[in-house]
Amino acid sequence: MEIATQSIEGGFADPVFNAQTVFRAVMDAMAQPGSVQPLPAFAHPPAPLSAMAGAVALALCDNDTPLWLDPALQISAAVKSWLGFHAGAPLANTPADAHFALIAAPAEMMALDGFSQGTQDYPDRSTTLILQVSDLTSGTPLLLQGPGIEKTATIAPARMPRHFVEQWKQNSQRFPRGVDIILAAADSIACLPRTTRIKTMEA
Amino acid sequence: MYVAVKGGEAAIANAHRLLADRRRGDRSVPALRLDQIVEQLALGVDRVMSEGSLYDRELAALAIVQARGDMIEAIFLVRAYRTTLPRFGYTRAVETGAMLVERRVSATYKDLPGGQLLGPTFDYTHRLLDPELAAGGDVEEPLRRENEAEAMPRVSAILAREGLIEPDGDMPRDHIPGDITREPLEFPMARDIRLQALSRGDEGFLLALGYSTQRGYARNHPFVGEVRIGEVELELDVPELPFAVPLGSIRVTECQMVNQFKGSAKAPPQFTRGYGLVFGQSERKAMAMALCDRALRATEFGEDVVAAAQDEEFVISHSDNVQATGFVEHLKLPHYVDFQAELDLVRRMRAEHDARENAGKAEEKREAAE
Amino acid sequence: MTAQPTDIATYNFAYLDEQTKRMIRRAILKGIAIPGYQVPFASREMPMPYGWGTGGVQVTASIIGPDDVLKVIDQGADDTTNAVSIRAFFKKVANVAVTTETAKATIIQTRHRIPEHPLAAGQVLVYQVPIPEPLRFLEPRETETRKMHALEEYGLMHVKLYEDIARHGRIATTYAYPVKVEGRYVMDPSPTPKFDNPKMHNSPALQLFGAGREKRIYALPPFTEVVSLDFEDHPFEVQTFDQPCALCAAENVYLDEVILDDHGGHMFVCSDTDHCEKRREEGHRGHLAPETRLAPEKMEPAQ
Repeated sequence: MEIATQSIEGGFADPVFNAQTVFRAVMDAMAQPGSVQPLPAFAHPPAPLSAMAGAVALALCDNDTPLWLDPALQISAAVKSWLGFHAGAPLANTPADAHFALIAAPAEMMALDGFSQGTQDYPDRSTTLILQVSDLTSGTPLLLQGPGIEKTATIAPARMPRHFVEQWKQNSQRFPRGVDIILAAADSIACLPRTTRIKTMEA
Repeated sequence: MYVAVKGGEAAIANAHRLLADRRRGDRSVPALRLDQIVEQLALGVDRVMSEGSLYDRELAALAIVQARGDMIEAIFLVRAYRTTLPRFGYTRAVETGAMLVERRVSATYKDLPGGQLLGPTFDYTHRLLDPELAAGGDVEEPLRRENEAEAMPRVSAILAREGLIEPDGDMPRDHIPGDITREPLEFPMARDIRLQALSRGDEGFLLALGYSTQRGYARNHPFVGEVRIGEVELELDVPELPFAVPLGSIRVTECQMVNQFKGSAKAPPQFTRGYGLVFGQSERKAMAMALCDRALRATEFGEDVVAAAQDEEFVISHSDNVQATGFVEHLKLPHYVDFQAELDLVRRMRAEHDARENAGKAEEKREAAE
Repeated sequence: MTAQPTDIATYNFAYLDEQTKRMIRRAILKGIAIPGYQVPFASREMPMPYGWGTGGVQVTASIIGPDDVLKVIDQGADDTTNAVSIRAFFKKVANVAVTTETAKATIIQTRHRIPEHPLAAGQVLVYQVPIPEPLRFLEPRETETRKMHALEEYGLMHVKLYEDIARHGRIATTYAYPVKVEGRYVMDPSPTPKFDNPKMHNSPALQLFGAGREKRIYALPPFTEVVSLDFEDHPFEVQTFDQPCALCAAENVYLDEVILDDHGGHMFVCSDTDHCEKRREEGHRGHLAPETRLAPEKMEPAQ
C-alpha cells in the first residue's frame, strides 16, 4: 500500500512544461560542460532516488529506453515502482544494455567501461549516466576543457567515482565512443559529455 | 525603386482562400459528402489508407476532398494526422488464412480448396466507357452465395506440405517486429522492416520496379500463388485481461508470389516467396510489393545484386511518396542565397575564361602579323 | 474515429507528443556530446512537407518553451513565405513570442544563412538541413558513408575538392561547403553559402541541425572548432562582394542580387533583412536607399 501510494505520487505536476524546463537545463549543461544550471525540484521520488535525478529520468526516459539502477536503487522496490509508473522505462538486464543509468552512490559505482560505449558506426548508442551528487562544489576540483568551454571551467562534484580522473581519461580516448555524464545535485545540474577533457589539478 | 517584399502572411492567407474557392468550384454543384467518396471512390480511399498507414475510411475521404483529389497530397494529410495519434499497443499478428474472403485467385492451380473466387474485379471487364454510369441509373443487387463458405487455406500452406517452398518467414521466436514509424531506418534492414516500408510505399514506384523485374532487371520467375482480398480480424492483447480483445475487422489485399529458386549451398532447390500485403483492395500494389520483396531478398539467396529493384537502399530510400514529393517540390522554395554563390563563381570563372581566350587571340594576331 | 473539426484542433504544446519530444531531445543530447556526428532519429511526419524544414521544426518544437522568443529566417530574410509560415506555425501551436531581431531571439530557426549580427551565449541556432551527409554526393550509399565516418576516412572528399582545383583552378563548392569538427567528423553545414562558414567556428551560441526527411540530428556546442576543408596551396576563402549593400551600405555582409529591369539593371542588397533594417534605422544609407524611413519592426507579442 505504502509503495503503491509512493509510486503514484511525486511525478511532474505539469508534465509538458516541467519536462521542457528540465531538458533545457540538461541541454545547456551538456552544451557548456562544467556550467552549473540551477533547477527547482519538479519531481518527488521515493528515497534513495534524489529529486533532481528523478526529474532528469522523467524528462528523458520512457518505454523506449532501458534503464539501469545501481545497487542502492535496485534494492528499493519503491524507486522501481515509481520509475515504472511515471517513466515506464524497462529495467536493463545489464549495464551494457542500458540507455540510461541512475547512480545513487557514485563513489561505489562500477567502472565506466562496464556501460554501453556505443559502436564506432553508432557512437550514439551509449549509456548516459545520471549521477546523484550532493553538490558541485565540495569535491575535488576538476579543471575542464573541450567543446562548449571557451577557455576552462571548473566544478568540484562531491563523492565522485573512484579513480574518476583516470577513468575519464580512458573514456575520452575511446572517442567517438564513450559515456556521457549528467550530474544531478540538489538544486542544479552539470554535465560531462565525452568530449570534455579533465586537466588534473594538483591533488 | 526597390522595396523589400513584405506581407508574406497576407499573401499566404489570400492564397489559401483562393485554394478553398477552387476546391469548392461552382457553388451551384452540390458539395461532395464524405460518404459519397467512401462508397463510390472506395479504391481511391483504400490507396490513401494504405500509403497513409492509417485505416480510417472517413478520414481518408476527407483527405481526398481536402486535397482536391490529389492522392499524394491526401496521403500526406493522413500521415501528418496519424503522427499525432496516441499509440495504445500492437495487435496480434493477423491470420490471413482465416480471412473472410471476397476474392481469391491462384495462377498456380486450376482448382484448389476453397476454389477460385473472382469477386469484385475489373478483370475481364471490357474497358468501354459506360454512359449509363454518367446517367446515374439503377444498379442490380449482387448475387450472394447460398452455401456456407468453404475453408480457404493459403496456397503457400498447400505447397509447404510437400516441402517445396521455403518456410514462412525466418524470424526468431522472440523477435519483436520493428516499427518504421518509431525507429530510424538502418541499412541493411530486416525483412519485417522492409515489408512495412514497401506496404506504405508509392504504388507507382513499386509498380515500375516490379515491372522492371519482369523485363529482366532481376528476373525472379514469379507465379501468383494467390491473391486474396477480404476482411481479417484484429485482436489486441491487454495486460489486464486473460484473453485477446477483438478490435474489429479490416479489409486487406494479400499477394503470395511463388518464385523459382535453383538452390544454393545453404538451401535445397525449392520455391521461394515474395510477399505483399496492403490495406483495402489493391491487387496492383500488393503484387508489385511481392515482386519487389522477392527481388530485395537477393542477398539472402546468394543472388547477384545487379538491378535497381534488388538494391535495398535505393528502393526503400525512394519508395515513400510523401518524402519524395516534399523534396522534389522544395526546389520551388527560394534558393537565391545558394544561387547567388553559384552566380558569383560562374561569373568569375567566365571572366577568367574570356580573358584567356582574348589573350590567345591577341597572341595569334601578333604571330600572324609577324 | 470520426473527423470532428474540434477533435482535430487539439494538439499538444509545440505540436509534437511528449514521447516524440523525448526521443528528439535524447538525440539532441547525443549530438551535442559527439559534435558533428549525425545521430539517427525517428523523424515524424510534420504538417509541412519533407524538404521544407521538418527537421528544423522538430528540433525547435522539442526545445522550445513558453519563455522563448523565436526568430525564423529563410535565405536570411524573415519575410520569405516559408519563414512566415513556420513562424506562424509556432505562434499557433506553442503560443510563443516571435521576433525578427536577431539579438532578441533565444531560438533562431534558419534555412541557408547565419545572421550577420554575431550570436550570443544562450542563443540556439536551429538549421534546416536537406542532405545532412557531406559525403552523399560522392557516395550515395548510407552503409558506405557510415563506414567512412566510423573509420575517419575522408580521402574521397579531399579528392573531390582537389579535382575541382585541377579542373577549375579553385574549389568550386560555394555553399554547403564541408567542415571538419574538432578534428574528427566531416560535417555538412547545410546549404549556407561558404561565406557563413567562419561564423560557425567558436560561436558562443549552440548550433543544432535537423534533417527531417533524412532522419538525422547533429550539433555544434558553443566554442567548438569548425574548420572549412582546404589545401595549403588553396586555402579556404569566402565570397567577397565588389560593392556594399545598395540600401544600407553594409560591407562584408552577404548580398542578394535583385533584378531591377529587363535591361541588365540590378542591385545588391543584404540577404539578412534584419541586419539591413537595423543599419538603416541607425542612419546608414546605401546609394539606392528610399528616402522615407522604414518603420522599425516591432516584436510581436504572444497571442
